[in-house]
Amino acid sequence: MDAQTVEKRNWRSRIGQRWDAIAENRRILPVLLVVGFLLSFAIPQFTLINPYYQLIIMYVGINIILATSLNLINGYMGEFSVGHAGFMAVGAYTAALLTMKVFPSNLVGYLFPLTILIAGSAAALVGLVVAIPSFKTRGDYLAIVTLAFNMIVKSVIENIEAIGGPRGIPGIDRLTTMPWVFFWTVLAVWCMRNFIYSNFGRGVLSIREDEIASDLMSVNTRQVKLLAFVISSFFAGVAGGLFAHLLQFISPRVFDILKSTDILIMVYLGGIGSIAGSILGATIFTVLLEALRPLGYYRMILMPLLLIFLMLYRPRGIMGLREFRWFIPSYEQIAIRLWRQKKEVPDASAG
Amino acid sequence: MIYILQQSLNALQLGSIYALIALGYTMVYGILTMINFAHGDLFMVGAFFCFIVATFFKLPFIPTLLISMIGVGLLGVTIERVAYRPLRQAPRVSAVITALGVGILLESVMLVIYPYPQSVPTLLPNITWTIGGVTISLLQIIIILLSLGLMLLLDFIVRRTMVGMAMRAISWDKSVVPLLGVPLNLVISATFALGTSLGAAAGVMYSQAFPVIDPYMGVLIGWKAFISAVVGGIGNIRGAMIGGFILGGVEIMVAAFMPSTYRDFVAFTLLLILLIFRPYGILGQPRPQKV
Repeated sequence: MDAQTVEKRNWRSRIGQRWDAIAENRRILPVLLVVGFLLSFAIPQFTLINPYYQLIIMYVGINIILATSLNLINGYMGEFSVGHAGFMAVGAYTAALLTMKVFPSNLVGYLFPLTILIAGSAAALVGLVVAIPSFKTRGDYLAIVTLAFNMIVKSVIENIEAIGGPRGIPGIDRLTTMPWVFFWTVLAVWCMRNFIYSNFGRGVLSIREDEIASDLMSVNTRQVKLLAFVISSFFAGVAGGLFAHLLQFISPRVFDILKSTDILIMVYLGGIGSIAGSILGATIFTVLLEALRPLGYYRMILMPLLLIFLMLYRPRGIMGLREFRWFIPSYEQIAIRLWRQKKEVPDASAG
Repeated sequence: MIYILQQSLNALQLGSIYALIALGYTMVYGILTMINFAHGDLFMVGAFFCFIVATFFKLPFIPTLLISMIGVGLLGVTIERVAYRPLRQAPRVSAVITALGVGILLESVMLVIYPYPQSVPTLLPNITWTIGGVTISLLQIIIILLSLGLMLLLDFIVRRTMVGMAMRAISWDKSVVPLLGVPLNLVISATFALGTSLGAAAGVMYSQAFPVIDPYMGVLIGWKAFISAVVGGIGNIRGAMIGGFILGGVEIMVAAFMPSTYRDFVAFTLLLILLIFRPYGILGQPRPQKV
């Protein structure tokens, strides 16, 4: 090994150490959260960014909620759910109806968190029903179940005249503000991260690796699947509620299979089985779609081309199975470090 | 009674189109265990081929059909070569996502070329017969007979020829069969060519039966055809045919006796109920799971 490579390696490891120090110092996290939360108040208040960019940032937040929640089923549990927009539709319609018809109009703003909570719970209830076929069917057949679910939801909404039918609901109050989006996004990521590193989360991972084996290892697969579906659909409903109060107009066509495909692309773009991947994927997808808007129709050609090339050269998505270190619990990090040291012993002796 | 007969005829017409598209899904699945989500859009490209050939070259029905089938077949083989083959060793979902991407790409390219819905010129004389109160048009007869003919041809190819034997062998075991001298890539290309050209034939017939076409027409029909493939048991060629006719029948009958907006709802609910009782489709066999 010549001097130059040694120098280069030293330089790299020094940067690496500093990065490790930052990445492992989780005391920065609450500071960042507080700063972010304050910023989310300050940006709309003093118009620090132009309103169009604010809108994009809010869509990024909603898409992050959608992508992380779908990632729980598609990435961590290894199923292939293609009907996520269906859950979103349930949440959006519940929230919109609560705001428009149920709650008194002068209290709507104060009751907004409750609205979103109920919207999420309604979607979770529906998720419970969809989870039941997943006990028996797997893989492509479960994909069909979720696909059919998405189409059924759309069709049911189209046939109920009382909620607008195919015309949808126009003129929903714009209650989704940046602090709320920030709050729900952080909550979604926090819940997802804690769920994945809990006992149930281990169960979810074991189902992905091998369902029968995990059953034999006394994982209650039905319970775990049910829980994963309920949590995932809850946050899809939350995102739907926020979405309805941001777009101010919802119709069944907004939540068709193309919307589900968009969410799928976000998840696989970022990388399955990685929260950081979902966040990255949702951000890149949303921002890119807006940034390429001047290209007109050609934007629609560029997006799928990018996706195809990404899949050809990085079939596991941008992050692969890797995770941002703040999301990994400290005991896990210690275990990873020990495992790495063990692995690198023969390498060090050779060098 | 006459009404039911009339609707059954319509059901056969729609069902045969679904069945032809479902065959493409099921063949690709059988050989690669991959869902080719771009297949619905290849069906759309087939319809646009028909539109282009019929409008600008003014050819009669049969040459139009053949040109569309060959063109889309070549497109299918190219897509497999460029986008799917490099991913054959990659995780299964990345191939599926690539297929989704290819589908969106086809839609967008068509959208750039034809931003507005186009109407396809009719290629067949509008002749109708009335037998005992039931009206039959020449188009319906041609659609039903032609699809049945194509399905029989496919069944013959898969069961009686060398290529078909190779296809069945590869879907049985992808790692050992090439060692016995079967050209894997050639057989997979042949599968794509067959499956996509059947989809194109369905596209041509569909554009004759419902003459207004747009770049997004393949999305919903493609998903529905996929559903019929699953109902029949995905990977099973005869199952795909049965599934297509079942879905077509259910959709037409629901629209005939209930408000037509209930069509999708009832069709998909029935599908869910079917999947609860037969989770592997009508003709599908549950694969043994090993640990």
